[in-house]
Amino acid sequence: MEWVQQLINGISLGSIYALIALGYTMVYGIIKLINFAHGDVFMVGSFIGFYSITVFNLGFFPALIISMAACALFGVIIERIAYKRLRNATRIAALITAIGVSLLIEYGVIYIRGAQPEAYPDVFSNRSFAFLGAQISIQSILILSVSVVLMILLQFIVHKTKTGKAMRAVSHDTEAAKLMGINVDNTISATFAIGSALAGAAGVIFGVYYTKIDPLMGVIPGVKAFVAAVLGGIGIIPGAMVGGLVLGVVETVVSALGFSLWRDAAAFVILILILIFRPSGIFGKNTREKV
Amino acid sequence: MENKPLLEVKNAGIQFGGLKAVQNLNIKLNQGELVGLIGPNGAGKTTSFNLLTGVYVPTEGDILFNGERINGLQPFKVTRKGISRTFQNIRLFNELTVLDNVKVAYHSLATHTMLSSILRLPSHFKGEREMEEKALEFLRIFKLEKYKDELAKNLPYGQQRRLEIARALAAGPQLLLLDEPAAGMNPQETHDLMNLIGFVREKFDLTILLIEHDMNLVMGVCERIYVLDHGQLLAEGSPEEIRNHPKVIEAYLGEEVHDDNA
Amino acid sequence: MKKSKQFWLFIIAAVLVYAVVQFFIANGTMNQFYSNTFIFIAINIILAVSLHLVIGITGQFSIGHAGFLAVGAYISAIVTMKLDLPFIVAIIVGGMVAALAGLIVGIPSLRLKGDYLAIATLGFAEIIRIVFLNIDYVGGAAGMQVSHLTTWTYAFVCLVITIIVIVNFTNSRHGIAAISVRENEIASDAMGINTTYYKVAAFAIGSFFAGVAGALYSHNFYIIQPSQFGFLKSFDILIFVVLGGLGSLSGAVLSAILLTVVSTYLQGYPETRMIIYSLVLILVMLYRPKGLMGTMEITDYFKLWRTPKGGDQHGK
Repeated sequence: MEWVQQLINGISLGSIYALIALGYTMVYGIIKLINFAHGDVFMVGSFIGFYSITVFNLGFFPALIISMAACALFGVIIERIAYKRLRNATRIAALITAIGVSLLIEYGVIYIRGAQPEAYPDVFSNRSFAFLGAQISIQSILILSVSVVLMILLQFIVHKTKTGKAMRAVSHDTEAAKLMGINVDNTISATFAIGSALAGAAGVIFGVYYTKIDPLMGVIPGVKAFVAAVLGGIGIIPGAMVGGLVLGVVETVVSALGFSLWRDAAAFVILILILIFRPSGIFGKNTREKV
Repeated sequence: MENKPLLEVKNAGIQFGGLKAVQNLNIKLNQGELVGLIGPNGAGKTTSFNLLTGVYVPTEGDILFNGERINGLQPFKVTRKGISRTFQNIRLFNELTVLDNVKVAYHSLATHTMLSSILRLPSHFKGEREMEEKALEFLRIFKLEKYKDELAKNLPYGQQRRLEIARALAAGPQLLLLDEPAAGMNPQETHDLMNLIGFVREKFDLTILLIEHDMNLVMGVCERIYVLDHGQLLAEGSPEEIRNHPKVIEAYLGEEVHDDNA
Repeated sequence: MKKSKQFWLFIIAAVLVYAVVQFFIANGTMNQFYSNTFIFIAINIILAVSLHLVIGITGQFSIGHAGFLAVGAYISAIVTMKLDLPFIVAIIVGGMVAALAGLIVGIPSLRLKGDYLAIATLGFAEIIRIVFLNIDYVGGAAGMQVSHLTTWTYAFVCLVITIIVIVNFTNSRHGIAAISVRENEIASDAMGINTTYYKVAAFAIGSFFAGVAGALYSHNFYIIQPSQFGFLKSFDILIFVVLGGLGSLSGAVLSAILLTVVSTYLQGYPETRMIIYSLVLILVMLYRPKGLMGTMEITDYFKLWRTPKGGDQHGK
């Protein structure tokens, strides 16, 4: 059952995209910024996980948690230093700044540790079992479960906690939220912290799953996660999850059909088609400029 | 020909999602009239302008200009047919000079091609000179000449409003739509503006449709008035008729009471 | 009259710059390294000025300019290497096919604005790159051998033509129309400007010159590969326009010169170069979001300088 196997591969890849896409979509929803540096937070998370496991001999879960915490902090620092001043700037100025931050992180990491890739250590035994004729590794089951747990946790935070409610209020109407006594600055920082933590988790999972990491690894998954966010409807959290999964499956199918060199193009074709025909995404509502 | 209206709006309306922003709009403007369009906030006045100018495509009804259907035309085509407008929130080309702002409006009347400009052919120089002369003439009429090399964003507010009207007129319209031209002006400026509107109307043989909040102003200058409320026409008539129209009084009083509570 | 005086001053200055550099190249004072740097500066200025037309003048935020550069580079290489036609033909064909690509990208992108448009153009550029990656005829990932045909003369003539065309476009009713689209698209439309036409025209003209730059670029190396035309190349071009000032042609030219020189000296330290680039990008956006020159041109500074304080607008 080749197809079941491919589907599972696609879902695993898609859940990584989805985890990254969540950060994009939350940040865009709240300050209308395409945080280009988000893919690089993912990369940093992956490296933090790597060093936690290899240098400090930690297991997968401690490494995951350390990476998430460190990325949350990192995301907040980026927001406070670079993006906070841009609240009233044009969106283009904000986008260019984000591109700058992205390049700075990438080449900063290369400057510090060099551009050479690292091989992620095996943290799980490579056992697998047969399911519907497909070989499923324990690893992919764990990865999927971690992703699902994180997404459920996120839904809980957004809908049930005070911070989550504040986030939704700010993204709906910043001015009104301010008048209601919500601390907008802290809420935005919290959004960055949560989004970056998810990217950090995605980084560790990516490392475990694909085993090779390098300082520029965040560029392509970052852009693709953005595509996933747009596909689902940017600013909409369930949209990012669905968008990520759809994109992961589509890419895997394209590869499986023998067009693996075209795999990267698939994401961009989807992006352009979506932007042109349904810019608000699968779950989005259309809005128009007021004249 | 005599009786044929310049603009005829027949049962036009538009829906956004399920919301009917404007419905059953019926307006007739004859050549040379100065007509007011009034109504409480959110009544659909600016939306009506957007329907007339092609910014929105009506989901129902028809808009005829000189007997020709214009609904569904893109805004720049509507402008070229002879309807031009100003905006409630001033929309000037801020980083262009005052002169260039007016020149933009002349664009569609000029004929020299992009290629002739790139190659600097004689037709380019001739065309640009003509545009500049016409634009300067307009600035003179509006007493904006001394600001011609100033960036539009640097003009005082009242002058920006004047410039926007000058720019709209430079596009050579038969019908001019003014969206709250006196908003934010002091009484003296408003008075001057009204004189100016009267003057250009005579000089350019214009038909004008005017949205305005200032009741005294509307009652003072308009020959006929349409009243909109909740996206529908509430009344139509001479200023005198409108002043005494029970429904209009109700709509406006309703709004005032509402305002007091808010 | 004043404008034409400016024009002739520009031509004289251009001929002087050309002659001096050509003299030093011809008599051997300037070695390969320096002459290459000059050619590179010319190519980068062409790229900067062509993107300036799209972003700075028309306000369409395209961040995928490297895609058009790639089209010009590959198509021109096919013309000289596979079809054995002269270089000049390759430059023109490269530009024309890139312009066509610009039309294809421009037309669907018209429905998009601001950051959405930016992302779409980035996506288009990436698709173009992946297409070349998958065509065996042009060598796929391994790349394609190209003869070294670009000379200082070719580069400089192309540069001068690019600047003249774009300046002439800008200083005409067409340029004002394009700027009006940038300033306020809705008002521009309401003034009878066919905004679609000017957006597509800007994309096509901008892409044409990016294609020309591509032809010069590919024939200045011995090999071209798809990896040379990725995101980073697009950002390299973007930074010229952003640093110089969105809307300022002379700003784009100056920053292209400055950054080309800087990156030539940092060639051995690519990550230092990228760190400097990214810091420049961030700092400019945070502290001077309109770029170093805003929408001002060099000639405006001369005007200000001649009329003390710059207050008197009539004193010409």
